[in-house]
Amino acid sequence: MSARGRLGLFLVGAAAFAALFTAACFGLPSFGAEHHPYGERAVRAALGHHTANAIASVNFDLRAFDTLGEESILFAAVLGAVVLLRQTADERRTPPAPAAVHPPVRRFALLTLPVALLIGLYVIAHGQISPGGGFQGGVVAATALHLLYLAADYRALERIRPLALYEIGEAAGEFAYVVTGFAAVLAGSAFLANVLPLGTFATLSSGGTVIVLNAAVGVEVASGVVVLLARFLDQAVEIVLPDDGAGGGRDPGDDNSDDNSDGTDDGTDEEEPT
Amino acid sequence: MTDVLIGVTLLLVAGAATAAVLNRDPVRQALVLSFLGLALALLFTFLQAPDVALSQLAVGSAVTPLMILLTVRTVRRRPGDGGDGRGTGGSDTGPRPRDRER
Repeated sequence: MSARGRLGLFLVGAAAFAALFTAACFGLPSFGAEHHPYGERAVRAALGHHTANAIASVNFDLRAFDTLGEESILFAAVLGAVVLLRQTADERRTPPAPAAVHPPVRRFALLTLPVALLIGLYVIAHGQISPGGGFQGGVVAATALHLLYLAADYRALERIRPLALYEIGEAAGEFAYVVTGFAAVLAGSAFLANVLPLGTFATLSSGGTVIVLNAAVGVEVASGVVVLLARFLDQAVEIVLPDDGAGGGRDPGDDNSDDNSDGTDDGTDEEEPT
Repeated sequence: MTDVLIGVTLLLVAGAATAAVLNRDPVRQALVLSFLGLALALLFTFLQAPDVALSQLAVGSAVTPLMILLTVRTVRRRPGDGGDGRGTGGSDTGPRPRDRER
């Protein structure tokens, strides 16, 4: 298609979108008015399903299918990053040298790590009661784990982080969400409908499937962020291009970086750790 | 009271965002971005959207700057690593653009 044709097609699409968007905007309730039709309906539905946090009710009950799509986007994005950042044939791993950490930094990071991890798990578990949920808590928990990188060094982080387990965790989180959806179908309702007992309002077990889906998203997001950051850290800390003249492209069988680096390559520590 | 807080944080967000645009060094940009994430999290809190604020705090002020910093580190190291940094036979290891700002 010629440049003129492309521009014409774009202008037709843009004009149609502008017209429809303008029409849709005139159909909206006015901004900041006394009457909030969507808010009232959402809150009524949330209270009807014993979910104290109306946002969680919208995300994981009323629009659970929408959230499945968002979760899948994250899953695919992490998968794409893993593929792009994998170790290629002409790259090799060198184990990073131990890092010297200032004692105050070490103390602060080691003190904050368990607290941050606990907050992350709390936010996941209380998603149906208070602000937060699987995504927020998952990211907080995954970030908390990386405080060990600040407190010690990359080797210490790798030791407590069996990457294969987190890769499985990411897939399992996505899988659990879909399985929960089909479980509702087997129970004789619609896909992702809330069929579990709703529990007592504003307790940890309230909300029916909201808490299950929150947990699934929490596992998926926490594992996904850990895997993502691990690949970025691998590229920045461990994987190096061979020096020129060293015969690039050696050891082509070592291209898969799924296993944790055991540093079998001759470790020429040519880089500083942080 | 809330209006004042919203106004102050809006100014903070605008200032941080402008600073992120005006900075040309990617490392500094990442740090400013982290501050912008914090300001946005505050703004979302004052606008009564704590769910979004939590996401913003975790992703915007921690994970994204960290990923940018790691990427900058990798990109900057490669060309100076082995002379001219020619990858041999790799599919995606052409000479990487060196950052001229530093």
